[in-house]
Amino acid sequence: MAWRKFLDLVRSDAARRGREERLLAEPMPGPTESADDTLELYFLCAHPSLSSASAVALTLRAVGGLTTRQIAAAYLIPEPTMAQRISRAKRAVSDVRFDRPGDLGTVLTTLYLVFNEGYSGDVDLAAEAIRLTRRLAAATDDVEVSGLLALMLLHHARRDARTRADGSLVPLAEQDRTRWRSDLIAEGVELLQAALARDTVGPYQAQAAIAALHADARTVEETDWVQIVEWYDELVALTDSPVVRLNRAVAVGQADGARAGLAALADVDPAVPRYRAAAAFLHEQDGDLVTAARFYVEAAAGAPNLAERDHLTRRAARLHQKIPRPKQPGGDTG
Amino acid sequence: MAKYLLLKHYRRSTRPDDLVAVPMDQWTPEEIDAHVGYMNDFAAKLEETGEFVDSQALSPEGTFVRYDGPGRPPVTDGPFAETKDLIAGWMIIDVDSYQRALELAGELSAAPGQSGEPIYEWLAIRPFLAEPPTVTECQASRAEACCGSSSPLCWASSSVAEPTSRRPRTPFRRL
Repeated sequence: MAWRKFLDLVRSDAARRGREERLLAEPMPGPTESADDTLELYFLCAHPSLSSASAVALTLRAVGGLTTRQIAAAYLIPEPTMAQRISRAKRAVSDVRFDRPGDLGTVLTTLYLVFNEGYSGDVDLAAEAIRLTRRLAAATDDVEVSGLLALMLLHHARRDARTRADGSLVPLAEQDRTRWRSDLIAEGVELLQAALARDTVGPYQAQAAIAALHADARTVEETDWVQIVEWYDELVALTDSPVVRLNRAVAVGQADGARAGLAALADVDPAVPRYRAAAAFLHEQDGDLVTAARFYVEAAAGAPNLAERDHLTRRAARLHQKIPRPKQPGGDTG
Repeated sequence: MAKYLLLKHYRRSTRPDDLVAVPMDQWTPEEIDAHVGYMNDFAAKLEETGEFVDSQALSPEGTFVRYDGPGRPPVTDGPFAETKDLIAGWMIIDVDSYQRALELAGELSAAPGQSGEPIYEWLAIRPFLAEPPTVTECQASRAEACCGSSSPLCWASSSVAEPTSRRPRTPFRRL
């Protein structure tokens, strides 16, 4: 409850004016030399001239200190292939000169990609991403770095509740929230509070705010969906991303009802990944089980991984059980 | 030890030409759970016996593609029709004998489907083309293992009148 009030405060003008005055009065702390070196390494390994795959591999090797074998195993790629990917990346950035500031954006994108990979064999890439982002946060006071770290902590805190032991997905409404790690949530919230207080909101902070609103709720019904929609509005304004618009439509469905959600969905490009899963969910909420089932079947066929595919297939199957079967033409049904 | 590919298709069922396999979204959630559980247990058992190499599921999406001539982009022909040949995924096993590969494929084919009944699904088994053996002169003690070498050390060549020709070397690397 306190967190939601804080977020409201953050967005009030009076508070903003007060903060501006305080910030102007404070001198900016200068980075230490070792922090400079650390930053340079991050910028080098995630250089914009590298592909995401190369930046990820080089960052994990040179910044993270993982062995080539560990990185190869984590990404299910043969070790010689990964070794080559890393060598080529090193050669590509070998003549980079730091005559202008490095691109923090690609560093954050790279760390976010690593985080999203999650568990893979012996390496917990989400934990590695958090570790590397913590180091980055110690080397710079950029507010979006804090935002990203907060986002990672708030997601990582809830990971155990998202999948069962057999790898199947647990929808938000069914997750056991006692399995959420309150220590990581508290840390993420504190980081986010400090970042938002500096009043330069960015996409990672906005995503973290949405995650914080979920983490703060005891049940899916108690979640402050109205405020989540407002943060999605902020994200849309910042990124203009079709994926964000899709997620916003689902949140609108929760805040204002399924019909409103479907209306919001109508403005989203149907080619966006997971569009059909979102459409299925909203139609199901709207009580149109036939349309929902059809969308679940289509979504399953287009699912990018087995866990999602099985989950969507199960949802379709569940609805098919509820829909009355049409009578067989010309024969008896008994 | 030899590697085999076990291929699963989206629509292949109790008869090779049949397309009657009922899509899983028409099963009950419990039947789906039983099927997925069986597949997971099967893979876990193979890891334990040291026979598991790989297992992948394929999206039904994708396309045919080919070269279209110099300076032209590749041409595509898709999406795939849902025929019996649409591959759903594979398992790669490394086993002691062909018999063992058949045995495992039989078990995989017995995964439960609707009403808990085994699906009796036709799978395809394909042997991997392996690396050539280190010893090219035949040291085999059995005729079945003879490679057709003309070396005087070869068991087979000492008992046949004519020299047998060398087996041609594969022109490309192991895939």
